[in-house]
Amino acid sequence: MRAIDVVGSAIGNSFRSRLRTTLTVLAIFIGAFTLTITNGLGTGINAYITDTVASIGANDVLTVTKVSPDATTTGPQEYSADQITSGGGAAGGAAGRTTVAAITPADLTTIAAIDGVTSVEPSLSVTPDYVTTGSSKKYRLGLGSFVTGTTLQLSAGAQLDPASSERQIALPVSFVAPLGFASDADAIGATVHIGITDAAGTSSVIDATVVGVSEAGLGATGNATANTALTTALYDAQSVGRSATAKDSYAQAVVHFDANASASEVTALQARFTDAGFTAKTVADQIGTFKSVIDAIVLVLNAFAVIALLAASFGIVNTLLMSVQERTREIGLMKAMGMGAGRIFGLFSIEAAFIGFLGSAIGAGIAMIVGTVVSRALSTRLFANLPGLHLISFTPASIITIILIVMGIAFLAGTLPAWRAARQDPIESLRYE
Amino acid sequence: MSHPILAAYDLKKSYGRGPNRFDALKGVTLEIFAGESVAIVGKSGSGKSTLMHLLALLDKPSTGSVELGGSDTATLKGKRLNETRNKTFGFVFQQFFLTPGASVLENVVLPLKIAGIASRSRKLRGHAALERLELDDKARSKANALSGGQKQRAVIARALVNDPRIIFADEPTGNLDSATGAIVEDILFGLNREQGITLIIVTHDEDLAERCDRRVYIRDGLVVSEEARVAA
Ligand SMILES: Nc1ncnc2c1ncn2[C@@H]1O[C@H](COP(=O)(O)OP(=O)(O)O)[C@@H](O)[C@H]1O
Ligand SMILES: [Mg+2]
Repeated sequence: MRAIDVVGSAIGNSFRSRLRTTLTVLAIFIGAFTLTITNGLGTGINAYITDTVASIGANDVLTVTKVSPDATTTGPQEYSADQITSGGGAAGGAAGRTTVAAITPADLTTIAAIDGVTSVEPSLSVTPDYVTTGSSKKYRLGLGSFVTGTTLQLSAGAQLDPASSERQIALPVSFVAPLGFASDADAIGATVHIGITDAAGTSSVIDATVVGVSEAGLGATGNATANTALTTALYDAQSVGRSATAKDSYAQAVVHFDANASASEVTALQARFTDAGFTAKTVADQIGTFKSVIDAIVLVLNAFAVIALLAASFGIVNTLLMSVQERTREIGLMKAMGMGAGRIFGLFSIEAAFIGFLGSAIGAGIAMIVGTVVSRALSTRLFANLPGLHLISFTPASIITIILIVMGIAFLAGTLPAWRAARQDPIESLRYE
Repeated sequence: MSHPILAAYDLKKSYGRGPNRFDALKGVTLEIFAGESVAIVGKSGSGKSTLMHLLALLDKPSTGSVELGGSDTATLKGKRLNETRNKTFGFVFQQFFLTPGASVLENVVLPLKIAGIASRSRKLRGHAALERLELDDKARSKANALSGGQKQRAVIARALVNDPRIIFADEPTGNLDSATGAIVEDILFGLNREQGITLIIVTHDEDLAERCDRRVYIRDGLVVSEEARVAA
């Protein structure tokens, strides 16, 4: 028998008992659908993270924290006056809360001396109370300090100027309307008043100029961004009444290095920080943590999908065993007529693979439709403030991989019935009387 | 006459081992010549089907040899054995073994499909075989839509579609009423006369056996007598 006839007959046979084939295809469909959706989630979220990292830029920046002397011990840690509880990196605390030692002016000198460091600045943590235009209500304000070299995703205005002595602020889009501006562009150039409370509980107000309106993104969710002049002014206002040592202790510092450094040079630089007792992370490192968390979640979800597929593959074994049973006479006749055992094996295992193909192609196809619709709906509603996030997205390569994997599983499931059919004795099968 | 087309020499076949051992054939010698029609006659359980299976190379004898066209078949294995069966033999069984859901044409061309013949020429030859059996108008019907006689004609079309030299028929009329049975017999003997196809018919039907050139009587795994047709 020609290979094309084997495939043709196998496909034809799978449609012979329609109900049984349909049910088996349905079981595979469920597995393939789940697998496609979970993979689509992984692809969509990771693509968004990658895009965000690219748009944030700052390839030449390290966020440095000091390793606490007893950071490696587990269990409760002994209190030490110069420890600072830090919420992780700028990316939003993916690493959880870790106790780090405070960075002192002496540490800054040490860091500046590390080979490959071009500049170091402490990152000043400021917590303003509110922002207002004077005529608007007061709104609570979160503030992130602007790291030189990063790019804000702006809907209006210009990037912050870190070197300027003007106190500049970039407001998130969500603040534009509440503060009474007609449009994003209308806010540019306006002066806003920022209220801040010092250690003694006294409030003061600092004025700043709006130079940009930033779109929300993974890097800066809902926070305004200040340039160095504004951050310093706010920090000074906030630190009134604190001791000089307290004022000069920082949770983290930002280090710049040669922007042309290769990946291995960056790794070497990070190693030098480790040797000196610091932890230095690139933006990609911090966001990479997100990716590995998402990959781990997708892996677990995929495991569930694969379990569903394994269950479905027993369905295939069952379906085909019944077919072999029903077609005993036919198989015997074909063997009597000179059909080789290998071809009989092929007939049944290809039928299994075809059932797998049907289930996975339909499953993946419908998953793509459902995923796209759901993802669209979510990005205009739930994730409206995260532009560019397509929660579920698909690549042709992963769809083809899923279909091939499912066909492979189905083929394996088909081998047992196929082997039974192949070694069937034609005389036994054709016996009657 | 020269070589027999198919010959069995001292064929023995036992099933099982030890105390369960059963000797179905106890030394059968038989020569069949090209163009002959031979009936293998015997009671149920006498070993007719076993002998036919050995002659049709579907099974291996315990001892003894089967020669096809003068050469021993013991060395035929795997692909060559399958090819030999496919090209040389046609089969007609008491039960039809038609695939019910498939069309009559699809059923008939099965041996050609197994032989690896391309789809176009399969169709041509399938229709030609059906025409010979006056069944071509049913080519597209489902096999299970045929009557008993039509089914057996379809089976005969399938048996001869690949131009076999020998057709084995195991109780070919056993499932048919006598009128239809007679028609099927006429077709088989017509093929034998007109195309020189060798017929080997296993039967316990004396009337059918009478129409063959030669009858081989089997009892308890042994040939008890052979008789040629009495010249008319
Ligand atoms: N596979 C087998 N195992 C054991 N005994 C068998 C087997 N095949 C046939 N026999 C026995 O061999 C004898 C001859 O069988 P068979 O050739 O089918 O007889 P017939 O076709 O003349 O009725 C019977 O007694 C049958 O029970
Ligand atoms: Mg029998």
